[in-house]
Amino acid sequence: MDLSAINPALLIASLMVAATPILLAAIGELVAERSGVLNLGVEGMMITGAVCGFVIAVESGSPWLGFAGAAAGGAALALLFALLTQVALANQVASGLALTLFGLGLSALIGQGYVGIKPPRFARLDIPVLGDLPVVGRLLFGHDPMLYLAIALVAGVWALLRFSRAGLILRAVGENHDAAHALGYKVVRIRILAILFGGACAGLGGAYISLVRVPQWTEGMTAGVGWIALALVVFASWKPWRVLLGAWLFGGITVLQLNLQAAGVAIPVEYLAMSPYVVTILVLVILSADKSRAPAALGRIFHASQ
Amino acid sequence: MIVLEKRPQPSRGWALATPVLAVLATMLFGGLLFAVLGKNPVEAIATIFYDPLFGPHASYYRPQLLVKGAPLVLIAIGLSLGFKANIWNIGAEGQYIVGALAGAGVALAFYPLEAWFIFPLMVIAGALGGWAWAMIPALLKVRFGTNEILVSLMLVYVAEQLLASMSLGLLKNPQGMGFPGSRNLQQYESAHNADLIANTGMHWGVVAALISVIFAYILLNRHMLGFHIRLTGDAPRAARFAGVRPARLILFCLGTGGALAGLAGMFEVSGPSGQVSIDFNVGYGFTAIIVAFLGRLHPVGILLAGALLALTYIGGEIAQAQLGLPAAAIQVFQGMLLFFLLALDLLTNYRVRMRKTEVA
Repeated sequence: MDLSAINPALLIASLMVAATPILLAAIGELVAERSGVLNLGVEGMMITGAVCGFVIAVESGSPWLGFAGAAAGGAALALLFALLTQVALANQVASGLALTLFGLGLSALIGQGYVGIKPPRFARLDIPVLGDLPVVGRLLFGHDPMLYLAIALVAGVWALLRFSRAGLILRAVGENHDAAHALGYKVVRIRILAILFGGACAGLGGAYISLVRVPQWTEGMTAGVGWIALALVVFASWKPWRVLLGAWLFGGITVLQLNLQAAGVAIPVEYLAMSPYVVTILVLVILSADKSRAPAALGRIFHASQ
Repeated sequence: MIVLEKRPQPSRGWALATPVLAVLATMLFGGLLFAVLGKNPVEAIATIFYDPLFGPHASYYRPQLLVKGAPLVLIAIGLSLGFKANIWNIGAEGQYIVGALAGAGVALAFYPLEAWFIFPLMVIAGALGGWAWAMIPALLKVRFGTNEILVSLMLVYVAEQLLASMSLGLLKNPQGMGFPGSRNLQQYESAHNADLIANTGMHWGVVAALISVIFAYILLNRHMLGFHIRLTGDAPRAARFAGVRPARLILFCLGTGGALAGLAGMFEVSGPSGQVSIDFNVGYGFTAIIVAFLGRLHPVGILLAGALLALTYIGGEIAQAQLGLPAAAIQVFQGMLLFFLLALDLLTNYRVRMRKTEVA
């Protein structure tokens, strides 16, 4: 066992990379949940995004096109969910599960011919002077553009929810859809948009796994990250900046256990691999005492009956 | 303009018709999917739904229907109790694994002793294993209000790692030449869950599945507890006024679901599968969610839905071998089934009316 082989600066840098897929998926789900929709299909949308992004990036040779395709793929699957829950008024929990089961199968089907292929490299930002600074350079300026985009997205969602009229309407719909409807807001339309945004973000997160983090395509490669993202939204009590904090926490655990595996710690690999899931449960237990922050209309079906 | 009108009571007729319509719609769109994949859709659908029952090699496939259907029905019955009361256990896959590990663990602890009491002990251990695994989300929900959906699902990944650890370590076959996986229980007579009538696929798991259907039917229709479960699902506030204790219901529903999933895993590991290995679980716990919904959360419906999904498993394997249909296509097919069912359920709960647009 050689713990000194673990370089703290590299550890933090790779932590930020490991956190990005969870962050992307969670910020999208946060917007959907703030509009009052519980979409349990994050895992399915992520894996669909992962495969769409991978296939398009390989075929076109451009990772950027890949990410665009991933967002479209995630949103397309989310549209199915939106049709089920907003138009056909189906149970959101069941529809989300259906989305995940369907997405896992669909992604395996699309990705059949792409196992073992390397995707085009997604270059890190190469900033001349800043990137060469000793520790800070690698930490702050040496990442790929998507990672910064993810953080910018968190800031954007925060600002939108807090300062804009659109954010206020979104929150109103999520807190009390009947009142929002009475005021003349199109509840269903707003929710569909929020669901699509969530799907696109989850797709981006999935593509980040298959194009940057791993990078290759294997069946079921998201391995529960979508579910961890769902837990993260609860953990963050539906607040954007806390999602960032939580994502880094989970990224840190993932990276740390991988480093411990590599360093040959006397704990069996399987038990180390369990740790992100066990920690998720522990965090949920600690934080679930306070439910007051949940959007009041979360998971409830809206039908303008009267 | 098309308007949806909420029905005062869900329509009974549509409730029965929607699963059938969903299956037909899935066949249609599944056929389209197969056509896109370059297969003859009619041939593919016939291979999946007809060949296992009446095809030239049906005598080989029919027993498989029981083998695949039993775990699906067992798990789905357990899940349906919770789903009815809005308690969402989606970690049956994990409970299935832990039940199998507990059952196999008991058997391997006694190896090579031959005695009548080993198999019953394994059954108890399997049920207890699944029950204990389901008690984690149940207790956390009751005590801390933790979301049972997320916890039960996280525990699936934990159980999968546990399975890997066990088949590489504690339960590994000492005479297995270093290969991962336990001793084969099919070769250990006291622990073998053999066919009760040779070559019919009728093993103890099938018996347990049938018993669970009857048990669930009586519970839901003739017992106060079953009434409380239904009441909590339909009207949680009314249930509280009627004196239903939610905590007890959560413990009961999750616990029963876990025990049944554990039993399914134990019957599988001691029978059809034979050994604990890394790839022991094949997703029955997740497919059972589809079975539960397709069966309208009704015990008899679940029995039929379990048979149908078992058919898609077997037919899918045949289509894979004969037509080169990818395994994932069947998974998509099963997912599609749930989609159509949920979408068509609109007709059960709402009335679709054409109405002239009025001036507001």
